[in-house]
Amino acid sequence: MELIVTSLRFVADSAVDVLPVAVFLVAFQRLVIGGPMPNGRRIAVGFFFVVVGLGLFLVGLEQTLFPLGRLMAQQLTDPTFLLETAGREAAALVWQDYYWVYLFALAIGFSTTLAEPALIAVSMKANTESGGAIGVWGLRVAVAIGVGVGVSLGCFRIITGLPLAYFIAAGYLVVIAQTAMAPKLIVPLAYDSGGVTTSTVTVPLVTALGLGLAEAVPGRSPLLDGFGLVAFASLFPIISVLAYGQLAALRARVSPSDWDDLDE
Amino acid sequence: MKNSLLALATDALESLRDLLPIVIVISVFQVFVFRGSVTGLMPMAAGGLLVVAGLTFFVFGLRLALFPVGEGLAHSLARKGSVFWLLAFAFVLGFGTTIAEPALIAVAGEAAEVAAAAAAITSTAEAMDSYAFGLRMTVAVAVGAALVVGVLRILFDWSLPIMIISGYALVVLVTTFAPSEIIGIAYDSGGVTTSTVTVPLVAALGVGLASSLKGRNPMTDGFGLIALASLAPILFVLIFGIAVQWN
Repeated sequence: MELIVTSLRFVADSAVDVLPVAVFLVAFQRLVIGGPMPNGRRIAVGFFFVVVGLGLFLVGLEQTLFPLGRLMAQQLTDPTFLLETAGREAAALVWQDYYWVYLFALAIGFSTTLAEPALIAVSMKANTESGGAIGVWGLRVAVAIGVGVGVSLGCFRIITGLPLAYFIAAGYLVVIAQTAMAPKLIVPLAYDSGGVTTSTVTVPLVTALGLGLAEAVPGRSPLLDGFGLVAFASLFPIISVLAYGQLAALRARVSPSDWDDLDE
Repeated sequence: MKNSLLALATDALESLRDLLPIVIVISVFQVFVFRGSVTGLMPMAAGGLLVVAGLTFFVFGLRLALFPVGEGLAHSLARKGSVFWLLAFAFVLGFGTTIAEPALIAVAGEAAEVAAAAAAITSTAEAMDSYAFGLRMTVAVAVGAALVVGVLRILFDWSLPIMIISGYALVVLVTTFAPSEIIGIAYDSGGVTTSTVTVPLVAALGVGLASSLKGRNPMTDGFGLIALASLAPILFVLIFGIAVQWN
C-alpha cells in the first residue's frame, strides 16, 4: 500500500519535470516550423509513458539501487570481513587491505559498460563512419576497461582520502598528451565516450557505493570524499579509447593492410 | 498495436540487460566472497522490478514521443539555416533533457541529503529540496549552454581539443576557489547528465547538423557535443558551490 502511494507521488513529481520539455517542443513546432504537430496522439501517449516510467524508475531506485550500493560498501569494509581477508585489525588497516573493494569496482564498471546500449549504438556508428577502421568490439572493450579501472581507482582515492582535483588534473594532462599523438579521427569519439558510458542504472549504484565507502572507512566524510566515482568513470574511458586509437594507428603503420581487419 | 507491443517487449529486454550485469556481479560477491546467500537480497527484488518496468516505459515513451519530435526539429532547423533559432533550440534541448534526466534527479537528492547530514545546509525538507533543485537547474543551464557552444563550434569549425583543454584548465583553476564539499559533486555531475535522455537527442543534433553543412565530416564534427555537455556542468556546479557559500 505504501509502495503504491510512494509510486503515485513520484509519478506526479516526474510529470512536473517532463511538462516543460513537452511545452517547449510543441512551442517550437508551432512557432518556428509552423503547422500542427504531426502524430499528435502518438506523442501524447509517448509522454504519458515517459512520465509513468520515470516515476516508477525513481521509486525502484530508492528501494533497490541505492540500498544495494550501500550494502555492498558496508559488507566490503566490515571489520570482521577485513580481518579474515587481510588479517589485520581495523586500527592497523592500510589501503592494500581493501583489495576486494577494488575488484568489485572493476567488475561492476567493466560489466555494466560492456552491456550499455548507448555505447553499442555509438560503436556501430563509429564503425560505419570510420569505414571499419574502428572496430565495434575493440571500442566497447576499450571503454569498459576504462570505466572499470576508473571506478576502481576512484575507490582507492576514497579509501586514501587523497584530493580528487589532483587525480582529475593529472588525468587530463595524460589526455592532452595523448590528444597530440593520437590519430585525429578518434579524438572527438574518445572525448564523447567518457560521457556515454555512465548509464542511468550504473550512476546511482556507483554513487551509493562511493558514499557507503566514505561512511565506512575510518576518517572519511561522505560529503568531502564520497562523490567523485562517476567523474573517474567518465575520465578513464577517454584515456583508454585514445590508447586504442594509438594502438590501431601503430598497427596500421607496421602493416597497412591491417587497417581493414582491425575489428576482427 | 502489435508493433508497439513488440517495441515494448524489446525495451523491457534492454532494461533487463542494463540491470543484469549488476545482479550477476553482486550475486557472485554475495555467494563466493561473503559466503552468504542471495536470499537476504530478496526484499529488494520488488524494487528491481520497478527499475526495469520504469526504465522500459520511460524509454518506450521517449522513442514514441521525444526522439522523433526532437530529431525532426533538429533536422528542420538545420535546413532552415537560421542561426538564432538553431542556437535557441540547442539550449532548450540541453536544458529540457537534463531537467528530466533520472540519474541527475536521483544524485541531486542524494547530494542534498549528504549536505544536510554534514550540516552544510539546514536539514529541513525545504532547504534540501531547494538545494537539490538549485543543483539540477545549474546542471541543466550548463548543458544548454554547452550545446549552444557546441553548435557554434560545428558552424564555425572551431577546434574541439583546444576548447576541451582550455575548459578543463578553467575547471582546475575554479576548483582552487571552490568550497571543498562541492568539488566531488561538481566533477560527478558531468558524467551524470549525459545518459538515457540526452545522448540520443544530442547525437542526432550534432550528426544531423554536420551532415547538412558543406565540408563537414559527421565523424569529426558530429561527435564532440557530448564532451562539451560533460565539461560545462563541472564548471557551473563549482560556481554554484561558490555562490551558495557566499549566501
